[in-house]
Amino acid sequence: MLLRHTTALEIDRKALTINPAKTCQPIGAMYAALGIHGCLPHSHGSQGCCAYHRSALSRHFREPVMAATSSFSEGSSVFGGSANLVAALETIFTVYKPEVVAVHTTCLSETIGDDLTQIISKAVDDGVVPEGKQVIYCNTPSYVGTHVTGYSNQVAAMVKSFSTTTPKKRNVVNLVAGWMEPSDMREIKRLASVMEARTIMFPDMTDVLDTPLNGQYNMYPDGGTTISDLIATGDSKFTLGLGQYCTEDACIKLENKCRVKFETLDIPIGFKATDRFLMSLSRHANVPIPDSLSDERGRLIDLIADSSKYLYGKRVALWGDPDTLIPLTEFLVSMDMRPVYIVTGTPGKLFTERMQEILNNIPEAKYMCGDTADMFRMHQWIKQEGVDLLIGNTYGKYIARDENIPFVRFGFPIADRYGHNYFPKTGYNGAANILIQLLNAFLDHKDRTCPEEKVEWQM
Amino acid sequence: MVYILEERQKQVSVAGMNERTIDCNKASLAGSVSQRACVFCGSRVVLYPIADALHLIHGPIGCAAYTWDIRGSLSSGPELHRLSFCTDLQERDVIFGGENKLYGSLIELIDKHLPKAAFVYTTCIVGVIGDDVERICRRVEKEKGIPVIPVQAPGFQGSKKDGYRVACESIFKLVGTKNRPVPAKSINILGDFNLAGELWLLLEYYKKMGVHVNATITGDGRVDDICNAHNAALNVVQCSGSMSYLANMMKDDYDIPFVRVSYFGIEDMSDALYDVARFFKDEEMMEKARQLVKEEFARVMPQLTWYKERLQGKKAAIYVGGAFKAISLVKALRLIGVQTVIVGSQTGTTEDYELIKRLCDEETIIVDDSNPVELSHFVKEKRADIFIGGVKERPIAHKIGLGFCDHNHERKEPLAGYEGMINFAKEIYATAMSPVWRFTRE
Repeated sequence: MLLRHTTALEIDRKALTINPAKTCQPIGAMYAALGIHGCLPHSHGSQGCCAYHRSALSRHFREPVMAATSSFSEGSSVFGGSANLVAALETIFTVYKPEVVAVHTTCLSETIGDDLTQIISKAVDDGVVPEGKQVIYCNTPSYVGTHVTGYSNQVAAMVKSFSTTTPKKRNVVNLVAGWMEPSDMREIKRLASVMEARTIMFPDMTDVLDTPLNGQYNMYPDGGTTISDLIATGDSKFTLGLGQYCTEDACIKLENKCRVKFETLDIPIGFKATDRFLMSLSRHANVPIPDSLSDERGRLIDLIADSSKYLYGKRVALWGDPDTLIPLTEFLVSMDMRPVYIVTGTPGKLFTERMQEILNNIPEAKYMCGDTADMFRMHQWIKQEGVDLLIGNTYGKYIARDENIPFVRFGFPIADRYGHNYFPKTGYNGAANILIQLLNAFLDHKDRTCPEEKVEWQM
Repeated sequence: MVYILEERQKQVSVAGMNERTIDCNKASLAGSVSQRACVFCGSRVVLYPIADALHLIHGPIGCAAYTWDIRGSLSSGPELHRLSFCTDLQERDVIFGGENKLYGSLIELIDKHLPKAAFVYTTCIVGVIGDDVERICRRVEKEKGIPVIPVQAPGFQGSKKDGYRVACESIFKLVGTKNRPVPAKSINILGDFNLAGELWLLLEYYKKMGVHVNATITGDGRVDDICNAHNAALNVVQCSGSMSYLANMMKDDYDIPFVRVSYFGIEDMSDALYDVARFFKDEEMMEKARQLVKEEFARVMPQLTWYKERLQGKKAAIYVGGAFKAISLVKALRLIGVQTVIVGSQTGTTEDYELIKRLCDEETIIVDDSNPVELSHFVKEKRADIFIGGVKERPIAHKIGLGFCDHNHERKEPLAGYEGMINFAKEIYATAMSPVWRFTRE
């Protein structure tokens, strides 16, 4: 038993996180920054932070992840990291030649009080930043919020640094992407293009963290939202924020700065959230939803009907980030499943409100966010009363094995399975992909564990 | 070599081409995409395999999340080390201090898990806000009656290597605190972390020679064994980068001599066994070692020859954490017909690099603390076929169309010992010869 230390009895934990369902801000900032074309993320802190984030992202995407670090020393922690950052910018623009450097802070540089606004504007004045190149930045203290907060801060920084309004409005809808896979973004862009809607997606990690293998290594792959597109977001006529936790801040900033009205939606996971996304996009881009997409929806509904006997009443435990857990839980409920345990380390009222509403008819459901909403608690709940299925990142594998529960990987990080950056989870096709994975997990489990006389050829 | 930063020119050398010694042990240049990690990381990876101790991280959640079960250090018993415990410092703690939180967490955890000892890791931020971790540890130690050891590892205080020293100092606090009878011919194994169960192969070999293994530090490690480590006759030290400090301290304070060994490759593995027999001046033990080597040699050589015939002419690039490992890898690769054309490490010393220079063929590139831009240029220039490295190097190697072998945390089969050499050869063969590369190269 890998988790032999877990007891069913919940202890009152005041000051302790065991097996976290979250990580810290900077990695979110680093991930989001990779969604700008030609951008090198920069971690202003000790070099360990940068190494950890790059490793974690590399393990998940199985792709090269480039980022630079200020490499703090004992001296910088006493005298401030200003000299390190200026030296770092010089090195970066001399050797790595990015279009943009996206600086994020760490707990260390925040605590010693480095003022990025001042350091960077001085670097620009001193000619450290070459003509036409950009340095953007955001504050991401690791002791506030989680990786989701860091992502949100970086996306907001894109608006702050780039979005510009001109007298000429364009018939374009901004799609602000919350934390999802590049494959998910690719699917959302496909849906928009099938509808012939004009959109700008930012950040956009497609063709950055899912690049083809062709014998060449490009430090700056083809993908990512271009600077000109980021600037142009200020002239768009509307903004859709996909995933409120990750994008609302950016949407509000864009409205305040450039008067672009916005709506935040769930990430389109499951058919209801996808319906809402398509209807909203149709309305704001002023384009109809074509029959081909209604057919995609129909095929998904057909799949649900065909397999519904295996879905009814199944108890599910989920963990991850609120922006994906909310629509995923809704999707499960809409298929007559019972999401009974849900945890996220990311705090926020919205999660509780939405779960209350979605789980209205499932009185036994328990959900929790923020402090001590961790994998240890999740396991304790499962020990109290078991579930039929687990859905979440790789950190659930210990529970899955100890309790012998079918397990579908979903979220971040996934370090032990393939395909999450290949097949999308968004849109109707993505929903079908999720459903097929759930079904296969159940049915494989049944075939392997049921009594011999119950093994059936047809299922 | 225009792609090498000017400040880094002295950290790159070419075997047989220039006499200059390599510059190393330097802090990474600010702004470089360094592959290195921090003090905390170094201390954490070394102490982590001690399976019946509590490992509590005093800092923000990231430091705990990124070191949760990242290294396949296997335990034959307790699994407490595989859980992630963190005080999860929040803004209010940064302002008002995290001492109470630390105290409360320690008490809760010790009451619940009854560990044999507790390690408390301090991170960057604790180094700055000034929590008196030492005092809290002393207090809890007194109240709970187990060793509670502060591991002072703020990340900014150096690189991973400095973390190794911090870890050794922490372990050293345990050494000498318990006395159990130990057979005369007993050793401690230092610097094997039991990745993929490698330690268990070594234990088997030493057992066959009639050598008693007293403490394993830290692979499959136990607190009581470490407390009693000073009663062994000899320390056998692998991964010298991380464990030399401990070996030296034990030599100074307890008069325990040490030998430096490597368990990678037939040659080095066999030397590791002979060195121990030689130390004990025991002819019977030496004979048993010879017998063991003979048997294993007869068993593995035919298989290795099969690989050698097929891998002849392939070229490898090595970029690993410790230079000592790189040295073994050069030899092991040679044994299966693979020529090493690039050797790099994150933490090598001048002596390590001099040794590598002498060992390698002429024109081999030798590099300290490299980065992806340099590495990808080197492998192109040298037309390498295989890259041996860690998690951050793998995807780059693949993009360029190179085979890859993880000789770091993510190895899945033992690569140490005789059995490990076959696994290594198989892995190199599988990746170098994979048909996938035929579909990518123009």
